[in-house]
Order: sequence, then structure tokens, then C-alpha cells
Amino acid sequence: MSKRHLLALFTNFDEAEAVVKELRGVSLKGFDANKDMVIKSPIEHPECESLLGEKPVRVQWFTLGGALTGGLLAFSLISASQGNFFAQMKGGKPIVPFPPNFVLTYEMFILGGVYISVLGFLICAGLPARRSPLYSAKVSEDQIGILVQSDEAASGSLKAIFTKHKALEIQEEAGK
Amino acid sequence: MKDIREDIAWAQINKDVLKSLENPRRMYWVILFIAIAMVGVAVGCEVYQYTTGLGVANFSNPHVWGLYIATFIFWIGMSHSGTLLSAILHLMHADWRKPIYRFAEAMTTFSLMTAGLFVAVHLGRVWQIYYALPYPNMRQVWPNFQSPLLWDAMAIFTYLSSSILFLYVGMIPDLAICRDNMNPGWRKKLYTALALGWEGTDRQWRNFRVTYLTIACFLIPLAVSVHSIVASDFAMSQQPGWHITSFPPYFVAGALYSGCAAIITLFIILRYVFKFEEYMTMGILKKIVRLTFAIAMVWTYLNLIEYAAVWYGHDQAAKDVLIQKATGPYAPFWWAMNFCGSIVPLIMLFKRFQTHIPMMMAVSILLNLGMWLERWMIVAPTFSHGYYPWTWDHDQWPSLVQWGIVFGSFGWFGLLFMVFCKVFPSVSMYEVKEMVYHRSQATKKLEATGKMAAAGKGAH
Repeated sequence: MSKRHLLALFTNFDEAEAVVKELRGVSLKGFDANKDMVIKSPIEHPECESLLGEKPVRVQWFTLGGALTGGLLAFSLISASQGNFFAQMKGGKPIVPFPPNFVLTYEMFILGGVYISVLGFLICAGLPARRSPLYSAKVSEDQIGILVQSDEAASGSLKAIFTKHKALEIQEEAGK
Repeated sequence: MKDIREDIAWAQINKDVLKSLENPRRMYWVILFIAIAMVGVAVGCEVYQYTTGLGVANFSNPHVWGLYIATFIFWIGMSHSGTLLSAILHLMHADWRKPIYRFAEAMTTFSLMTAGLFVAVHLGRVWQIYYALPYPNMRQVWPNFQSPLLWDAMAIFTYLSSSILFLYVGMIPDLAICRDNMNPGWRKKLYTALALGWEGTDRQWRNFRVTYLTIACFLIPLAVSVHSIVASDFAMSQQPGWHITSFPPYFVAGALYSGCAAIITLFIILRYVFKFEEYMTMGILKKIVRLTFAIAMVWTYLNLIEYAAVWYGHDQAAKDVLIQKATGPYAPFWWAMNFCGSIVPLIMLFKRFQTHIPMMMAVSILLNLGMWLERWMIVAPTFSHGYYPWTWDHDQWPSLVQWGIVFGSFGWFGLLFMVFCKVFPSVSMYEVKEMVYHRSQATKKLEATGKMAAAGKGAH
């Protein structure tokens, strides 16, 4: 069945929160509040986001992986190079000295952590992204948008909820 | 004195900041022109040095490091304040940083870029920089992983690339605002590409928040390690006056100090040039001034510790270098450094001067002059008065080529910085909105509590 997209714009977070609460409580065929609702806002607003339910963030796993890989890679490469320096006179000093190698390992640990965090961010946030079916530049200015997708049959009820909560504007587009 | 007006409309914030991308005051072009002229001087000097040889810079034993390395350290140090403002204060939830952290981050990036140039300039034979790279190993370069100079290269590369990513990631929501508000043209195309399709969805904000915090957590130890490693370039060598345990914290404090002073200078310039009076307020200036004063006192303490360590230590040569600094040919600069670094900041104690713009402009420039002299006074006097008397050379003075390149580096930094501020929003729009939002919410709550308390009192 074809999906219909609706974007409603609100002036403040209180109104948006009230709508999200109602949409999560309502039972409509062809609309699942957990999957079919997105909040768009000009600033981050954890309280409003939390109303959407538990949505884990996995960037920190990328960070951990990146940092460990960076550190291990650095230590292995440096140690391997130092192992190849057997031709040099070491004068009894260790071939792989830990204290100085720690410094470079530490730097690469951070480098790997930062690079892979950014990569993780792009993956987890779905960036780069194409413009979603409905977008309003007002969302990057001062309005809060609630984007929902539902079956055609449910869109009328959703629109009624938006209107009840004094949506400034409701945009509508038929999706796939 | 409020940090920001709580009733500024969000749309107004967008409008004001976006306006700065289009029509700054005429002073912007004057600064840009001066910066380009300064870069011209440096390019001329570098071309002369490149074609003639490093001898024209007046480097010869024992003066193998001069203004180039001193200025390299100065620029590395300057970069630390961006991290202080954007990462440390972010973790401490100091929201007054929000209108000013973006330009501080840009300052970090451009000072690192400027510092990096000095490595190449100092090499003299720039075309042979290839041989300095440790890999591939078939060239028998034998990289010494125990050398702080190699650590330096790695640390600075890590810091520079991480700072660029931090600056960029933090700017994505603002780039989307620019994309949405620009007329078709090269700017719109640029912002569209860089905004990566950001729409401010809850998923994007959730991941953004965690990523920004994570990078901030990485940047703090990184910044400390970078300047500690730069300090190790000196502290791990056997030169009188350098082999001191307190050098790394001393360098880090000096770095934060010069960076904060530079933030005051740039704050005043941007406030005027881009008409940011509404966002770069006197309340915020007051806070940066106080922070700078606190760091100035930390630096002063560590400076005195360094003198005391040398004075009461057993290294006679190091003590001689200290006496040379205070009484020899470098004495005017050494005393000027101490005066600018430890006495001038006392002006910041006076409340009426904390928001006196011409005074703070002058003070911040003097503080940075002091910090630049500090770096020079670390490098040059030690070379002029080493362990062996037959290496002493107290009369060598940097040539005009060295001065020209150092002078031009300030133009290079200014050029990059001013171009950045004209192309990208130098005030973070979404963070200022957050600041206004949270503060107005807090005020509303306070008012409501006050009313409830008043009602409760009446009932009794």
C-alpha cells in the first residue's frame, strides 16, 4: 500500500511534545509511532527526543573500535620497524622500547578514535543523506517539525491530531 | 551583566549571523589587505631564503634554532585555547562559551597550520622534506622512534586533523542553515555539499551529541600531550636551562595563556567587524578576561618555579644561562617577557577594565607579545651560552629574513582566519539558540517558583 508523508510545523517544543505523546498513544492501522515518526528541530532537545522511545546510539562502539585499532596498529608498525633495525647497534638497549613507543601509540589511539567516531557518526546518523520527502527550511530556523509516514487511510486522523495541536503548517506528499 | 539577551528570536539569530557572511564593516577589508601585505613580505623572504640558502637567515653554530622554532612553539601554543573553549568548557557545561567557541576552534586549526609551515621553513632545503618522512624503509632512513621530534610530527598531525574534524562536525547544523538561506550560487553549492543533507532529525541530533562529546573528550588529553611533547623537544635534550621536569606543564600553561589572550583580541575584532555586539557581549568578555587572568597566574607560578629550580639546582651552566638572560644582551626581552606575562595581567583584576575594550585590546596584545618573547627566551639564550665556553656567542641577532618570515606568519594566520569568518558562520547559530532557549526556560522556572513562593506566603 502506498505511504503518505505528513510534515507538521510547530512553534515550540511544548506543542511538539504534546503531539508526540498523543501520536504514541493513538492506535492507527498503517501507522507505527516507533518507526514512522521523526522530529526535526533547530536545536537538540533530548527531552523531546526521549518521548520517541528508547533509541540507542552506537557511535561509542565505533570510537572504541577505532581507538583500539589505532593504538594497536601504531604499536605493531613501530615495533615491526624497530624489529627490522637489527642491523643498528643497540648497545644493550631493548629492541622494542616501551616508554617511547607508548607516546606514539597514545597519539594513534586518539587519532583512530577521532577518525572512526566521525565515520561512526556519519553511518549512525545516516549522512550524507538525500533530502527527505518533506522538508521545510523553517526547521533550521525556529520551528519544530514532526514528520510522519502512514497508510493513506491513517493520514486523515494524523492530520486531525496536528490540527488539534495548532500546527502552523501541514505539508503533505504521497510517498512510495 | 547578562551573557546574552534571552528574548532574541531564533530567526533573528540566523539573520544576524548570516549577514556577517555578506556585508562586514569596512575594517574587514582593511585587515584582510594588511594580512595579505604581511604574507607578501614573508613570501618574499622565503623565496630569497629558498634560492640563496639558509645562511641568509643567519643560522650558524651555536644558533641552530632561532625565531622559526620559537614562533613554531608560539603558534602551537596559540592553538590550545580553541580546545579549552570548545572541549573543556563544553564538558563543564559552561554555556557562555557558545557564541565564541566557533572562532576559537577556527583559531586552533589555523594556528596549527601556521605552525606547520615553520617546520618546512626551518628545514631550509624544503625540497628535501621527502627524506624526513620515515617510510618506506628501503631508503634506509632509520627513523628514531625515541626522538621527541618524531613524536612532535605525529602529535601535531593528530591534533591538526582532529581539530579540523571537530570544527567541521560542530559546524554541520549551521552549514544546513546556510544552505537553507542562501541564494543560488557558489555559496549555496558549497554549503549543500558540506551540510551532507542535515535536516535536524532526532536521529541526527542524538548521534551528533554523542560524537561531539566523544571528540571533545579525546581533544583534551590530545592538546595536553601535544604541548607536553613540544616541551619534551627541549626538556629531553642536554642543554642548560632546558632539562627541567616542569617544562611540560609550563608549556601547557603558556599555551592556554597565549590562546586566551588571542581569543580576547579576536573577540574584540570580530565583535566590531561583523557587528556581533548582540552575541559577543560584555558579560562574555568579562568571563574570558577572568579565565585569562587565572591562567596568567598559573603561568606566573610555573615560571617562578622554573627559575627557582634552576637557581637552587646544581647545574651551574643552567644558572649562568638564567643570569645571562637577566643581565646579558637578551635582558630587555627577558624583562619585557616577565613584565608582559606577569605584571600586565594584573590590570585584569580591575572590574572597570575587564569590559573596557581599548584597554583589553592593548592588554591582550601585550600578553601575546610576552608569550612570544617567552618562547624566544627559551630558545635563543640557551644556544648563546651553552655548556662549553668556546661555543658561546652572545652577539648573534636574527637576520631580517627571519624577522620577515615571522612577521608574515601573523599575516598568514590573519588571512586564513578572516577568510574563514567570511565564508563560514563564526558564531554557532544552533548553540546560541540553545543557550537562549535554556536560559529563558530557566528564567521562566525561576519566575514560576517565585510566584508559587509568593502565593504560598500569602496563604499562610
